[in-house]
Amino acid sequence: MLLGSTGMALAELPLPDQARLLALGGASQVEGAGGGGLTPWALITGYGSRDSYGGNVHYSGVRTQDYAIDSTGIAFGFADRFEVSLATQKLQGSQAPLAQLAITQDIVALKLKLSGDALADQDRPMPQITVGIQVKRNRGVHGLDALGVTSVTQLGARSDHGIDFTLSATKILLDQSLLLNATVRATKANQFGLLGFGGDLHDRYQPMLETSVVYLLNRQWVAGAEYRMKPRNLSVDNEKDAADVFLGYFLNRNLSVILGWVTLGDVTIFNPRRQHGVYLSLQGGY
Amino acid sequence: MKRIAMLCLLLALGAPALAADEVYRGLGQQQGIVQLVETFVTLLQADRRIGHSFEEADIPHLKEKLAEQFCVLAGGPCRYTGKEMATIHDGLDITMAQFYALVEDLQIAMERHGIAARIQNKLLADLAPMQRDVVTR
Repeated sequence: MLLGSTGMALAELPLPDQARLLALGGASQVEGAGGGGLTPWALITGYGSRDSYGGNVHYSGVRTQDYAIDSTGIAFGFADRFEVSLATQKLQGSQAPLAQLAITQDIVALKLKLSGDALADQDRPMPQITVGIQVKRNRGVHGLDALGVTSVTQLGARSDHGIDFTLSATKILLDQSLLLNATVRATKANQFGLLGFGGDLHDRYQPMLETSVVYLLNRQWVAGAEYRMKPRNLSVDNEKDAADVFLGYFLNRNLSVILGWVTLGDVTIFNPRRQHGVYLSLQGGY
Repeated sequence: MKRIAMLCLLLALGAPALAADEVYRGLGQQQGIVQLVETFVTLLQADRRIGHSFEEADIPHLKEKLAEQFCVLAGGPCRYTGKEMATIHDGLDITMAQFYALVEDLQIAMERHGIAARIQNKLLADLAPMQRDVVTR
C-alpha cells in the first residue's frame, strides 16, 4: 500500500521542464550555490521554470602556486524560487612543508528569491533579490600532526563551524548585454571557513561585499570578473580579498564549463606568497 | 584585479550612445527582419515544445505582424497594426516554459542570420517584459 502510494507520487512528479534560458541558471560558485565563481547570485540554480525544478552537480578546482582547493557538490532549484545545495570543499598543500596538509569543510546552503525577475524586468530598475544562508562545518586539519594541530581552533579560530548570511541582487541589463550582481555577506569565516570561524582579532559578524560583472558575449559564452571581500579575524592570517576573471561556455542546459584566473592573496603568515592561479568549474545538470 | 573589474565596468557603461535605429539596421532593416521572421516561424512550427500551438494559426498573418512588431521595437520606420499582446494570448494558458522556448527559437533564428549578439540582446530586452502579458498560467 505504502509502496503503491510512493509509486503514485513519483509518477505524478512532473519531469523537469529545462525551460529557462541558457546560461541564466548560472554556474556553481565555490561554496556550491548558484552564482558565479566566488559569489552566489540572486538567480536560482538549474533550468527549471516557476512551474518546475532543476538540479545539477558540480566540480570546481583552484590551483595556486602552493595550494589546491577542490569543491564538489549537488544543488537543486525549485519553482525558480528556492535553492538548496550541498558541497564539500578541500584545501590541500602542494609544497613541503605543507605537502600533506588537507583541510575539509562541508556546506549546506539555502537560498530564497524574494522579488524581481532578472529576465522579464528589462523595463524596471528592480533587480532580482534573494536571501541565503550557508551553514559550514569544518571537518578538521590533516597533515599537521607533527605540530599537534588537528583542528582549525588550534590555528586561532574560535569555532570550527559557522553560518554565513547572504543578501544578493542580480540585474540583467540585456540592452547592455550585462549581468551585474552584488551580494552582502554577514560572516565570521576565515578563508571561506577553511580556517574556521572567528578569531583572536575579531569574533563578530562583519558585512562583506561581493560583486560580479559579466558580459554576455552571446547565447553560449560569457566573460566576467568578480571581487569578494573577506574578513581578517586571525593574527596568523593576514587574509586578503579574493578576485577572479573568467570565461564561461554553456554547451547546452546539461553542461557548462567556466575557466578563470583567481587571486586569493596570501594564506597564513607562514607563507607570505600571494596565491593565484587557474580556476576551473564544471557543471552538469538540467 | 580591482582595475580589471573597473575596466570591464567602464567599457560596458562607457559605450557611446547609439542611434535610435541601431537595432533596426543591425537586424538588416526591412528585408533582414522579414527573413529573420521567416526562419523564426519555421523554428517555432518545428519546435516540439510549442509547435502545436501554431497548427491553427494564420501563418502569413503571424509573420506579417511579427515583422511589424520587431521593426517597431528595433526603432525602424514601421507601425504595428496587430492586436495587443495581452489580447492575443488571453485564454491560451501559455506557460513560462513555452515563453522561454519561443525566446530561444528567436535567439537561434538571429544566430542563423548572423545578427550580432549585442543587437540580439537589445531586441530581447524589448521583448522580455512581454512575458507578463503572454504567460497567463
